[in-house]
Amino acid sequence: MPDVQALVNEFLNKLKKRKIEGSQATAKQTAELLRSVISQQRVPRTNQAGALIDAVRAIGEQLIVANPIELAVGNIVRRVLHIIREEDLSLTTAAVAELNLSTVSDDDDDGGGGDQDDRPVLSAAAVAAAARNTLRPPSLQMLLEGAPDFVAVPRSSSSGGDSEGKSKSMDRNSRTRKLKHDIIEAVNELIQDITTCHELIAEQAVEHIHQNEVILTLGSSKTVLEFLCAAKEKKRSFRVFVAEGAPRYQGHLLAKELVARGLQTTLITDSAVFAMISRVNMVIVGSHAVMANGGVIAPVGMNMVALAAQKHAVPFVVLAGSHKVILVYIGASTCRGPMLCPLYPHNPEVLLNELRSPSELLDFGEFSDCLDFGSGDGSPLLHVVNPTFDYVPPKAVSLFITDTGGHNPSYMYRLIADYYSADDLVVQRRHAAGN
Amino acid sequence: MSLTHAVKEHKERRKKDNNAVMTMVIKKSKPSPVIHQSRLGTDELFMAIDPDTKQLLCYEERGEHPRGAISLENSLLADNPSISLHNDKQDCYIDICSQEVLSLFTDNFDYQHLRRHFVKGLLVDDIMGYKIFTHEIHSSYAARIDNYRSYDTISKDIIQRWTYPFVPDVRFSANCTTKLEREGMYKAPEIQQSRSAHIGPFTVIGKGTRIGDDSRITHSVIGEGCTIGSNVSIVGSYIWNNVTIEDGCELRHAIVCDGVIIKAAATLEPGVVLSFKVVIGREFVVPAYSKVSLFQQPTAQDSDEELEYADSSSGAIDPSIADAGNKLNGDIVSESSQIQDWSTSQLGPGGAGFIWSACDGGCEEEWRHSVAPIPTDQLAKALLAIEEDSEIVKVSDSALTPSGELEPGSDDDDSDNMDDSNVDTVDFEKEAEATFLRAAQDNIAVDDLILEMNSLRLSYNKSAGDCTGALFYPMMKLALESPHNTAVELQKNVASVVSKWHKLFEVLAKEVDDQIELIMKFEEMCLESTKEFAPIFSQILYLLYEREIIGEEAILRWDDERKDADESDRVFVKQSEKFIQWLREADEEED
Repeated sequence: MPDVQALVNEFLNKLKKRKIEGSQATAKQTAELLRSVISQQRVPRTNQAGALIDAVRAIGEQLIVANPIELAVGNIVRRVLHIIREEDLSLTTAAVAELNLSTVSDDDDDGGGGDQDDRPVLSAAAVAAAARNTLRPPSLQMLLEGAPDFVAVPRSSSSGGDSEGKSKSMDRNSRTRKLKHDIIEAVNELIQDITTCHELIAEQAVEHIHQNEVILTLGSSKTVLEFLCAAKEKKRSFRVFVAEGAPRYQGHLLAKELVARGLQTTLITDSAVFAMISRVNMVIVGSHAVMANGGVIAPVGMNMVALAAQKHAVPFVVLAGSHKVILVYIGASTCRGPMLCPLYPHNPEVLLNELRSPSELLDFGEFSDCLDFGSGDGSPLLHVVNPTFDYVPPKAVSLFITDTGGHNPSYMYRLIADYYSADDLVVQRRHAAGN
Repeated sequence: MSLTHAVKEHKERRKKDNNAVMTMVIKKSKPSPVIHQSRLGTDELFMAIDPDTKQLLCYEERGEHPRGAISLENSLLADNPSISLHNDKQDCYIDICSQEVLSLFTDNFDYQHLRRHFVKGLLVDDIMGYKIFTHEIHSSYAARIDNYRSYDTISKDIIQRWTYPFVPDVRFSANCTTKLEREGMYKAPEIQQSRSAHIGPFTVIGKGTRIGDDSRITHSVIGEGCTIGSNVSIVGSYIWNNVTIEDGCELRHAIVCDGVIIKAAATLEPGVVLSFKVVIGREFVVPAYSKVSLFQQPTAQDSDEELEYADSSSGAIDPSIADAGNKLNGDIVSESSQIQDWSTSQLGPGGAGFIWSACDGGCEEEWRHSVAPIPTDQLAKALLAIEEDSEIVKVSDSALTPSGELEPGSDDDDSDNMDDSNVDTVDFEKEAEATFLRAAQDNIAVDDLILEMNSLRLSYNKSAGDCTGALFYPMMKLALESPHNTAVELQKNVASVVSKWHKLFEVLAKEVDDQIELIMKFEEMCLESTKEFAPIFSQILYLLYEREIIGEEAILRWDDERKDADESDRVFVKQSEKFIQWLREADEEED
């Protein structure tokens, strides 16, 4: 445990000092950290899944608080929790089935090859059955059935397995290892997904970008770069307008990259977007996070681009790796429904914006005389605000392209239900309220 | 700021040059033009930096040069191809040093002030040849708190996020999350705030603080666990943890340390500092810029030492605070007994603590370093002083401009020469007279006298004309002094003297101009000092002509010059009219 704690602390430090930039890097590092946490976590004999969930949740809470703006961290923690639950559920249902099997044929020894073969089938079936009940909170069926306690299901079954007697201890031991192994496998898969989501998204480029089109983008996003280059590789010829993305001017870097890859590129200022938008066929942008209601948190200036696109009826396409950026957002405490929570973009507390240093906007030395606190009533007349993010409402977004394909903004909540367990949403809310 | 870059720069420079022992981090920040101090309340700073190598060549604080003038050594200008002088740099007091610096400190144990002694010592000392370089930071932020003003300024910079990511809503070690709201309001959780309380922009409110009805808080920082009553007004103040402020208090630009209790309706005027656990009595008004501590002010000598200590040490904000904090830990027991004594305190009913009188610096300077913004009357005063200054500068400028437009140096030299030459002429004439009289008395040969006069003339840088003039006067005087009764006798005397010394003039007054000069001199003498010659002017002139001291041409030209002159000046011309007439006729005959 000490090295895990050291790892966690190191990562926390990085998050606090805002040393990690970009949701993909953060997501990947979070997943890797949680993997090592899981692998080193000592699992008790009973209720292994519960112990793992508690451990991950405890660390996840620290991580989320360290940088509440970096939403990818919370997302990955929830994903991992969801994975643990899913695996546990599949194993439990397999065990229950196995138990039934063993009661039928008593002479069967535990851990046999046939058992191994049976398990995936059983588990898959069990998952499908259980998922219908537990993993889809908004489903009508669940509401009608009166929401069985999700957590109670594995608990009761495992305690049932406990009472089964010591004869099964060997089996449980292997199950323990099996659970951890499966979870780590699944987390590895998640990490793999995070790393390849660019490619998955980029594969769809040809379907969206047509010959001789003009594409506009703002700032810099690796996903957008890969997307455009994939289309270029497929012999599509098109032009790209890049808005520079003040005050960090990452658009300059994107333009450089695009030119290096042989794309016809035009660099414009952010304020020229409205003037240029009438010549543009499609706006393709990256995002920081996607809200449950289909809204987007994106680099500052994006809302202006979205509004310009809306005004000229230009499609506004947002690229988002579903693993890393789809956010389950529990906003204000007044919000009851876990999904489709109403967002108040004017309230930075809900929006989770980050105000960065004003030095990105102007030189401290040049303006230091405007910031003299020693004169007047002690407060300078100049105040510099440098927000990092913009909120783009869902109605301004035409299409989301995720690694699972294109989606309408209104479909986002559905996607979330596939990836996260409702239980974790509640946990997060309790956590938020308790703090 | 991130030190990595500066450290790397230092190491690379060190590899190339073994004498580069120190890298000083600086930041651009303009000083106030009115009161000549930086935003941080320190004195205006002058730096001379080599723009190419970034070597620090000169480091002067304005406090040592009250008139705003600094002197640079000539060698600086001689040794460096270019120098840039700055007064808009702020010293961040971050220095990256090599090991040599440590040994320098052991060698020079009398260094008390890092900047005043150590840096200047290095800069002045040529023997070791150590060099200091500068590293300017642009986008990152660094500064040092060494007085209340810088405490205030840097706090506000932090609230305005210049120090990002080191801002209150990013957690580092505290266990509570602070949220940033609109208009720069930072709020920790568990704040109990009355609905009618108004919290203005740029405030930080710590965890578990309670704020009562109708209280107004702006531009302030309030720590954890404070209790603020109703109708309290807090502007620009720093309130540390666990402070109790009762109803109706008014705080303006004050620092209030941990555990202070301010009883109902008390007022803190701008610039007040309350040390740990002080109690301010009901309706008491703490005067502006006063410092209040639980401990009595040490004797003057002590405070002197402490001040010096505070000056030389880099960290402590103020000795009183540090002191009180340290002593408090040990003195809790005695404290309870002290509190009983404070029934008749200086701080109103129920108050506890002593007001410290202003330190030796004098209270006039107090406003410079206080938390409170500079009072308007002081600003006005400073402005007035500046205007006066600039007027003086203008006056001196206008006095200098005429010469300044030309080449100032040469012009000055000329005027000096003028003065000198006036003095010289008098000297020369006296000298020449003395020499001549000595020669006359001792019967020195004429040739020797000529030689002597020539050397005298050269040493005083005079023309031959000056020389004749100077000699003619004593010569005539000599003639005058020798006994005579009538004008005829006088004429004879003159004739004998002239015949004796005519050779002198033949050598010295060769040129026509010199001869004219001689005539004019004689004329002058006749009018002023030796009026006896006036009646016999024409005779002597003839005599001089005969002896060939004065040429025919000179006399004619003198006559021409005098033609346009006044009647009074023409007296001698008329007197010698006959002679001149004769000369002209002789001239025509020759033609």
